[in-house]
Amino acid sequence: MNEAIRELLAKVGGLPVAVDQISDEEDLYNAGLSSFASVQLMLGIEDTFDIEFSDQFLNRKSFASIKAIERTVEAILKNNEDA
Amino acid sequence: MDAQISFLDRLFSAGLLLDTGVDGLYGRSGRFEDVIAAFERLIDRTGGSDGAEVIRFPPGMNRAIFEKSGYMKSFPQLAGTIHSFCGCELDHVNLIQCMDAGKDWTKEQQATDIVLTPAACYPLYPVVAQRGDLPADGGLFDLQSYCFRHEPSKDPARQQMFRMREYVRMGKADDVTEFRQLWIERGTDIMQRVGLPVHIDVANDPFFGRAGRMLVNNQRDQNLKFELLIPITSTENPTACMSFNYHQDHFGTKWGIQFADGTTAHTACVGFGLERIALALFHHHGLDIEAWPEQVRQELWG
Repeated sequence: MNEAIRELLAKVGGLPVAVDQISDEEDLYNAGLSSFASVQLMLGIEDTFDIEFSDQFLNRKSFASIKAIERTVEAILKNNEDA
Repeated sequence: MDAQISFLDRLFSAGLLLDTGVDGLYGRSGRFEDVIAAFERLIDRTGGSDGAEVIRFPPGMNRAIFEKSGYMKSFPQLAGTIHSFCGCELDHVNLIQCMDAGKDWTKEQQATDIVLTPAACYPLYPVVAQRGDLPADGGLFDLQSYCFRHEPSKDPARQQMFRMREYVRMGKADDVTEFRQLWIERGTDIMQRVGLPVHIDVANDPFFGRAGRMLVNNQRDQNLKFELLIPITSTENPTACMSFNYHQDHFGTKWGIQFADGTTAHTACVGFGLERIALALFHHHGLDIEAWPEQVRQELWG
């Protein structure tokens, strides 16, 4: 999952630094992720993992770091399993 | 909804607004304009000594600038573009035949280089960027323009073409957030002086679609937008008559507005919805201006 997220981030994140220079915990907004790029990232993640972000996950915190994105995707997948 | 239609009908009957046959597109009477002019003078008396540079743009803006602004990413449903006939004589004949037959004649219209201004400050940022480095103390601008938003409604407080008066501050983050806070206080004071009940609340712009839901949440989480709300046609859903917006470095980055040391400017704007404020005054004090409370008339007309 980490690799797929990094691939998407490289594709749509528009970051001024290479994605492999960014640690899992690093703040993506400080690294230059814009609001629009985070929306594109959200749409890309939905497509890649075949999930849909519910309103509770549609916020900055969900995309604050690569680790945060992983946690969000895992939470959505778990919600889907439980449902 | 009933309260909205009823208020609109009363405004038509009193001759304050004139029906054009399109929801949200109204003529204004001299009395209505007099209220707006008086309120703008009150704004001038409040903010005039700050020394803002006064700029007035027409209600249309450069389409290329509009495209670069990203407006279509966020609010495609509200935008209005200007199209014109650009054909030859034969095309003209076809156009007239099409119109005579009652068919859709607009399909052949071509987009011009102008779009309708969606917010008074949109044309400002590239103009300031073109001037070169921002002075160390930033910039302050006074704008007013008719704006267009495609949202037909029977609510007289939601018009498709309306005037927005704005002050825009460019500077360091602290400068622009202080400016915004100052105007939240000034705006509240002005409205109370003209007898209008207000409250300030966190708000969001009407971003389009589900992706827009994330932008809404982001905007609210970061307290980027506040509105000054006044009940007009509903007490449960009061109307935003002013907004106070902190754009962070969004427009600074977008247009390359920088200080001499290369740092990007932050921006904030405060907007007055002039028609909404006039409507709030008519709603709270009655449709007969002569009968408004003396204190309110004194504040507006001296």
